[in-house]
Amino acid sequence: MKEVICTCCPKGCHLQVDEANDYKVTGNGCPNGIAYGKEELTHPTRIITSTVRAEGGLHPRCPVKTSKPVPKGQMAEVVAALDSIVLHTPIHVGQVVVENVCGTGADIVTCRNMD
Amino acid sequence: MYDVAIIGCGVIGAAAAYALSRYENKVVILEAENDVADCTTKANSAILHAGYDPAPGTKMARLNVRGVELAKEICAKLDVPYKQCGSLVLALSESELPHLQHLYENGTANGVPDMKILTKEETLAMEPNLSENVCGALWAPSAAIVSPWEYALAMTEVAVRNGVELRRSCRVEDAEAMADGGYRLTTTQGTVEARYVINAAGIWTEKVHCMVEPASFHITPTRGEYYLLDKSEGTRVNHVIFQCPNELGKGVLVSPTVHGNLIVGPDAVPVHGDDTSCTSKGLEFVKATAQRSVPSINFGESIRNFAGVRANLDVDDFIIGEEPEAPGWIDLAGMKSPGLSAAPAVAEEAVGILKGHGALGAEKADYKDGRRHIRFKELSAEEKAKLVKEQPAYGRVICRCETITEGEILAALHSEVPATTIDGVKRRAGAGMGRCQGGFCGPRVLELISKELGMDPLDILQDKNGSNVLVSETKVGGKSNG
Amino acid sequence: MVDLVIIGGGPAGLAAACKAWESGLRDILILERDKELGGILNQCIHNGFGLHRFGEQLTGPEYAGRFIDMLKNTGVKVQLDTMVLEVTPDKKVHCVSKTEGYQIIEAKSIVLGMGCRERTRGAIGTPGTRPAGVYTAGAAQRYVNMEGYMVGKRVLILGSGDIGLIMARRMTLEGAKVLACVEVMPYSGGLTRNIVQCLNDFNIPLYLSHTIVDIQGKERVEKAIVAEIGPDRKPIPGTEMEFDVDTILLSVGLIPENELTKQAGIEMDPRTKGAVVYENMETSIPGVFACGNVVQVHDLVDFVSGESELAGVAAAKYVQNGPVQEGRVLAVKPGKDLGYTLPQRIRVEGVEKSTNVSFRVRRICGKSTILVKSGDQVIAKFKRERLAPGEMEHIALPRVLLDKAPVDELTIEIEEA
Repeated sequence: MKEVICTCCPKGCHLQVDEANDYKVTGNGCPNGIAYGKEELTHPTRIITSTVRAEGGLHPRCPVKTSKPVPKGQMAEVVAALDSIVLHTPIHVGQVVVENVCGTGADIVTCRNMD
Repeated sequence: MYDVAIIGCGVIGAAAAYALSRYENKVVILEAENDVADCTTKANSAILHAGYDPAPGTKMARLNVRGVELAKEICAKLDVPYKQCGSLVLALSESELPHLQHLYENGTANGVPDMKILTKEETLAMEPNLSENVCGALWAPSAAIVSPWEYALAMTEVAVRNGVELRRSCRVEDAEAMADGGYRLTTTQGTVEARYVINAAGIWTEKVHCMVEPASFHITPTRGEYYLLDKSEGTRVNHVIFQCPNELGKGVLVSPTVHGNLIVGPDAVPVHGDDTSCTSKGLEFVKATAQRSVPSINFGESIRNFAGVRANLDVDDFIIGEEPEAPGWIDLAGMKSPGLSAAPAVAEEAVGILKGHGALGAEKADYKDGRRHIRFKELSAEEKAKLVKEQPAYGRVICRCETITEGEILAALHSEVPATTIDGVKRRAGAGMGRCQGGFCGPRVLELISKELGMDPLDILQDKNGSNVLVSETKVGGKSNG
Repeated sequence: MVDLVIIGGGPAGLAAACKAWESGLRDILILERDKELGGILNQCIHNGFGLHRFGEQLTGPEYAGRFIDMLKNTGVKVQLDTMVLEVTPDKKVHCVSKTEGYQIIEAKSIVLGMGCRERTRGAIGTPGTRPAGVYTAGAAQRYVNMEGYMVGKRVLILGSGDIGLIMARRMTLEGAKVLACVEVMPYSGGLTRNIVQCLNDFNIPLYLSHTIVDIQGKERVEKAIVAEIGPDRKPIPGTEMEFDVDTILLSVGLIPENELTKQAGIEMDPRTKGAVVYENMETSIPGVFACGNVVQVHDLVDFVSGESELAGVAAAKYVQNGPVQEGRVLAVKPGKDLGYTLPQRIRVEGVEKSTNVSFRVRRICGKSTILVKSGDQVIAKFKRERLAPGEMEHIALPRVLLDKAPVDELTIEIEEA
């Protein structure tokens, strides 16, 4: 039995995950917790948010994120891949900056408009 | 070769420079820190004492009373925040009443004007938030509150405008008498030669003195810790509130500040050098002691704790005069309280010594005195409208807590003694002095400094050399790709 | 004369503006002090916003962007780079900007959406020297996320508020070493998911019941001394730990930014440090409404939006139909284990079907019942699995229950199982 705090929503349910019993989840407040509890113990993933350089806009950085969760173990690698990227205005929210970043299957997309 | 080198640009050095700038003399100020007023002058009670404390007959007594008279004129002329709010020394028990009488007599002997001993009722009528234990008070209407750093800055600005040279980050490391008179000072910016030296190095005056001669005085830097409370507490009292000294010490004061806050402190602890750290013990003492005078102070409204060091001496007077073994070497030392109060009178003494040597030039014919500081928030709606129309930079508020505009910050960055750091802007314009302590305006001030002075943001300092705000850029890899 | 002036173009102001427009007001002006709309969300680049509102996890800028897009489809006027200096009790708004100069705008109604500010070192009285390197987490967040600068290499976080936790992760991902997060209370002030994703993911220890007892370093922070806090809330001698850090980030609470509110003479609640409001977010000055962090500090922007929409609708109604009929007013009071309630007053006539009450508990409670009492009578009960000070609670009180309240006072309290 392992305890996992669910992060699907701010509620933060304390899940009990039974590894010996096909990752059976208890303590979940909603169905999302069942999937989360199992995934967190088998292949945990995270959405990564960061910034990239932006030129020509109000700010010198533009916020970006992964289009879907990526393996937790690849967080540092994904952030490193953003280090040398430079965007130029105009920037539109949702614009793909890097496709399939680090082979994760996720894209890096922008999080705001910048004129 | 300079006529006079002033070591230190705290309020004493600044007052000396201001006084000397009237005369046809070549004067240089050597300031060790990267800004003026950056040690004792920026961290003290900000009080101009009436002058009933010093023993009659001392220099301290005479210069204190004279100093506050001069300060009133100078502050008006140089647009320095100043308010003659008067002070009350409280007797918090019957046994302290004789002390009030003693101070009253001292004050009378020192020439302090219009003092009065008040009854409990009279005292509480003036200050309803005082402790019920108050038995009476000494009222001294000539006491005032001031912005100490702006006072020093303003005097330095006028001095610089009139030809005095100011070197900042110029620490004097050694001094030697030259064969045919005068002194050669070794500084972090090379050597400086001057016929006369005014040693106004604050807590370092003894150390500086010893570069030429063993000192006959000994300075013990003494730290005092303070609370600065939000403007919501700024009218908790409306006069400077002192306590009688007792077995627990000199007592702490509670006072409004010219900026509308409430200041509470200090304690007094001997320290080594400029150790201005705060301690929980010191702060607790200050809080508990202040509550004896004003029990209702809401310390939850504290916006900053700070500590300052004052140059306490082993004798109970200022050291002002020429070192007998070093002709032309003038010490202005031991400027503990009431040093701030006495500053312009102390400067007069220094000028007098130079005059005695026949070293003073003629008065400058084209002397440009006076100074104006635009404070947007103090203007009426009509004046604000007019100012913004003429100079739009005054229409952009950078510091929301203190309502300080871009125009005021630009003025600070391009003044006669320009700010180069975030705290330098704070001391000149007031941005970052308020309840959020620069959390909101800090990045914006940094941006303005970078833009106006052409500095890399990474080089911008909070205050002293080495106090960089930022350490590196993010996403460095993209820097060359841009 | 403007129908509605909204002070602040952050999440509160944006939601209030959109909703007021939707409710039929056509003369709406947002005054925003920054150079763009969105407020603090622009620097909150992490995700987790919008789950309640949009059913998906958005970053702060994306969440703000959705509302900014909505606003673009309205005729709401926006004045950027404009600071409001004063609001008078007769609803004149004094403001200033470089381009428009000094303006006095007369408003029929006003929504206050100024947000909040961070508590500083001065407010908590941390001893030690005062070098560079001590920043509020939000100020650091602006430097790192918007300006592109790192504020330090080795970091200690004081306080476990959400911004501090978020910054622990941000600083780590940008290459800094975050040594620990130190919290004076025996529980975290932040959301549990942030503890998991921002500290646990990076093996950053969280020291509960600890605080910084000394900051050392002359020009820049060199060391922080941390000690355990005993039940008397004083440091326990001998428990000191030394951290070699160049940076301390403070995440020790948020204070609603109410200087304009106080200046206008609006009644304040010392518990929320915001205005006392009625069920429709109206303050003690009729036609002046307050919403978002200026009225109570939220942990989720989704609820800021909801609350602000309520204010937007109410402002529109005020302009269109005049003041709410006073009728019966129930005072809502925090009872056992509650820090505050919002609203503080409910005009029963102003409630259509039901009204929301939000509050925070003062300690962590397990399985509990939230009791709504009027006099001795319990008029409503709500079950909760867990209650924590870091998480705002909401209950909906139906009009029918309010009508039945025996006395003009409601007390909300917690009964732990």
